[in-house]
Amino acid sequence: MLSLENIINGIHTWLNNTFDPTLALTCEFVLLGITAIAIFAVLGLVLVLMERKVAAIMQIRKGPNRVGPFGMFQTVADTLKLIMKEGLTPDGADKVLFNLAPFIVMIAAMLLLAPIPFAKGVQMWDINIGVLFISAVSSISVIGILMAGWASNNKYSLLGAMRSGAQIVSYELSAGLSVITIVILTGSLQLSEIVNAQQNGWWIFKGHIPVLISFVTFIIAVTAETNRAPFDLAEAESELTAGFHTEYSGMKFALFFLAEYINIFIACAIGATLFLGGWMPFHIGNWEGFNAIMDYIPSSIWFVGKTFFLIFLMMWFRWTFPRLRVDQLLNLEWKYLLPISMLNLLVVTVMAIMGWYF
Amino acid sequence: MSLNRRSINYCIIFALYLNTMQSTASDYLPIAITFMVALGFVVLVMVVSHLVGPKNISKTKLEPFECGIEPQGNARVPFSIKYFLVAILFVLFDVEVIFMYPWAVNFKGLALKGLLEMFSFIGVFLIGFYYILKKGALTWED
Repeated sequence: MLSLENIINGIHTWLNNTFDPTLALTCEFVLLGITAIAIFAVLGLVLVLMERKVAAIMQIRKGPNRVGPFGMFQTVADTLKLIMKEGLTPDGADKVLFNLAPFIVMIAAMLLLAPIPFAKGVQMWDINIGVLFISAVSSISVIGILMAGWASNNKYSLLGAMRSGAQIVSYELSAGLSVITIVILTGSLQLSEIVNAQQNGWWIFKGHIPVLISFVTFIIAVTAETNRAPFDLAEAESELTAGFHTEYSGMKFALFFLAEYINIFIACAIGATLFLGGWMPFHIGNWEGFNAIMDYIPSSIWFVGKTFFLIFLMMWFRWTFPRLRVDQLLNLEWKYLLPISMLNLLVVTVMAIMGWYF
Repeated sequence: MSLNRRSINYCIIFALYLNTMQSTASDYLPIAITFMVALGFVVLVMVVSHLVGPKNISKTKLEPFECGIEPQGNARVPFSIKYFLVAILFVLFDVEVIFMYPWAVNFKGLALKGLLEMFSFIGVFLIGFYYILKKGALTWED
């Protein structure tokens, strides 16, 4: 059967048979780099188009439909336009910080792609501290946002960055706690082991209500962490123009934009890996026939399907809930989500000790 | 004495844990490569954009955006102290969350004793939380 793992193994053997090992290794690294950039660029383009199409469907209109079939090349055209635009650094801005901020946000987003298991046996970097690495690196982007806001010499930018900083650091607590519940159940920080632990059922089904609670907490927290509506106070168009990237133009703006969408993808991929079984197919008990059919679908399709389902959910939120005020936002986290996820952690611990899961 | 033995037990468990998770610098090579690729990508895009894009700088264009009117005063205005308070609280709580990672990984080895100690830790955590709640650190409406 054609699967990503076979293709990669095929390339590996072919390279090793044709060239000497050192050259083959170099070739593999070059290929890895090209693949990373390709995934990155394609994801950004696809997600922006998907956002616009979903928004259009929700509002009963057509969305982009001029460039290419069904407007498929609209985002490519937009990117080309942004590359050809002038990148300005406004008067009175801190030039170094202003230009460094998009680099930090972008590189942090790109580093997070490394430990994600995309399909069976397809993982750029299978490290034993995967979950810790993700929670550590994902909090770097807030530094970039604060830098951008402070350096811009613009009141909107400063306010947007401060709101964004408070929001991201607050929601990181409950995101971290809900991730820990899965770490407790699996007993490992390695993402491939977490996926393997879900062979006989995804955690969201195996873990009963406590895992369901931590899944919901996780989704709310990552929606806030990626500055998505209804938590998009950092760039509330009606109050702050564009928030922390008001002064950015051309490619510097495009980098922020791309990083935002990559962060959404990564947050949803982590959610799919931890709670929805990653690339594991959906199985029901001992229905042999049904399970065999599900196994026939390639693992990469499963992973992409689950991730895009979660992304669709986040886009759905955007057109369902009105924007919160900043005090409501912080109340939600500190007075509801944090205590709930704390107590939930205790319940999950007892559950794991007693073995009350399948 | 019992405390001492317990801490020795913890050390042994932690040492065993480290032993099973031995990692070398070469394990981190992929992330170095990803970093290089990411940096290269961003630099390339910025350089291309710089070469392709027009450069017509004028004074009004470089003014900070303030909805079309002339910028008033300094942009680095003082902002609410409550943001700072949130940051401080985050540092406190996040350290506690990070502290739970090692426990979460090997709590099966620590069994009931580890569980009870974690319960007391979370108890202290919740008492602290109740304290800041009562002190009004979490009220944002004036």
